[in-house]
Amino acid sequence: MKPRSIAVVGAAETTRLGKIPDMSVIGLHADAALNAMADCGLTAKDIDGVATAGESPTNIAHYLGITPTWADGTQVGGCSFMLHVRHAAAAINEGLCKTVLITHGESGRSRVGGGGGFGRAPASLMGQFEMPFGVTSPPTMFTIPVMRYLKARGYTETDLAMVAVIQREWAAMNPRASFRTPITVDDVLNSPMIAWPFRMLMCCLVTDGGGALILTSAERAKDFPTKPVYILGTGESVETPLVSQMEDFTSSKAFRVSGKKAFDEAGISHADVDHLMIYDAFAHLPLYGLEDLGFCKPGEAAGFIADRNTAPGGKLPLNTNGGGLSYMHSGMYGMYALQESVRQMRGIAPAQVPGAKVAVSHGVGGMFAASGTIIFSNEA
Amino acid sequence: MDRALPQPTPETQHFWDGCKVGELRLQRCAACAQTYFPPRPFCPACGSRSVEVYVASGKGVLWSYVINHRPRPDMGTEPHSIAVVKLKEGPTMMTNIVGCPQTPEALQLDMPVEVTFETFGAMALPLFKPAGA
Repeated sequence: MKPRSIAVVGAAETTRLGKIPDMSVIGLHADAALNAMADCGLTAKDIDGVATAGESPTNIAHYLGITPTWADGTQVGGCSFMLHVRHAAAAINEGLCKTVLITHGESGRSRVGGGGGFGRAPASLMGQFEMPFGVTSPPTMFTIPVMRYLKARGYTETDLAMVAVIQREWAAMNPRASFRTPITVDDVLNSPMIAWPFRMLMCCLVTDGGGALILTSAERAKDFPTKPVYILGTGESVETPLVSQMEDFTSSKAFRVSGKKAFDEAGISHADVDHLMIYDAFAHLPLYGLEDLGFCKPGEAAGFIADRNTAPGGKLPLNTNGGGLSYMHSGMYGMYALQESVRQMRGIAPAQVPGAKVAVSHGVGGMFAASGTIIFSNEA
Repeated sequence: MDRALPQPTPETQHFWDGCKVGELRLQRCAACAQTYFPPRPFCPACGSRSVEVYVASGKGVLWSYVINHRPRPDMGTEPHSIAVVKLKEGPTMMTNIVGCPQTPEALQLDMPVEVTFETFGAMALPLFKPAGA
């Protein structure tokens, strides 16, 4: 990193140390964080970067009321916080965020409210305030806001079905796709009920697979045998670990913050985008994504898809590998969205978009808990 | 197989104690008057540690839901609703809607609901039913 470019301005420990049986793990994180903010005269509204280990940065951000544009959950043991400092310095220098909060809290002796992280222990927020009501898996969690979304937008089950139908058209062109047989809206609406209003064909696959990416400097990339795919812009954010606590059930704050940051960084407009990936764990995700990224006004995404704008031959090819609904979904599908963006930029995708120069890859983490956006180009 | 039950922490104990005595206890900030949920010992809107617990109305509207059709022996019989209500005081809260058919026709968004507490083992959970039912 650049020497003397970054400084620590606030620092504090928890109010008490030793035996603290009246505070849980996340409470200890928060107590230290509030003390550190008080130390330098900041509030949560001034923080736009969060790093932590042991807890997820999503839990910390939402608990404290922070809307970050950078989050780091690197967990490599006791030295994680040194790595966080280093990553934060790079992030601030790169303009990903301005003010980073790094937290630690551990109920090592009293063992209160442990099992945090991405876990769902009975004492975690999810374990207390969501799991007792029967949510355990994505089909009953990711889908929770959708009835409100449909009502607010005037969308119907048919609109959800159409997302799956058109993505199957893309999958039919892809020899590696799991499901390639064309389907109709009726097929989707007659598939088994999973969790009203979601039918089986509105839910992603569960398959095995993996992916990897290798990055280097643009300068060095020129010496490689493959066509370089450049990164134009990046964005990220987190909102809440609890889908029931989303600020707005009709729009993802993490999508909006992440998407805007990536577009601003890339310095492009929506009209510049030739190819789009929106992580589709369920059929509603592309609808939220099109609206929250700004490709469609609220209420216009379903019509945009039904009018075949995102279908083969349309002006905004979307999820051209077939998506999580038809291509594959191993659990953390974001890697496959990135892989398809890279194939499109290299010009080697099975359903290649002719002449595509700019590709947007937009991912979701958890149940609207987090988001990341990467904008690629094949032009230096 | 039993329902997954919450394990209170010191910061949430008041909420679960309230459920056992038939009170829906929320917290609000003394500095900015904001009511928030889930419980924590400071206000997520302004960061103040000056917060208080109070007994909420227990009234709200059905905000969103799914009706689960997949086997969940711990939850009783299918289909059953998993819902979010918007409380009169502002926050949203996950719950189950009981006391009415578990159908899209019976579960209309924005219908008034009220809290009802049901005991499971050593805990009581805040469930909601159609208002006046």
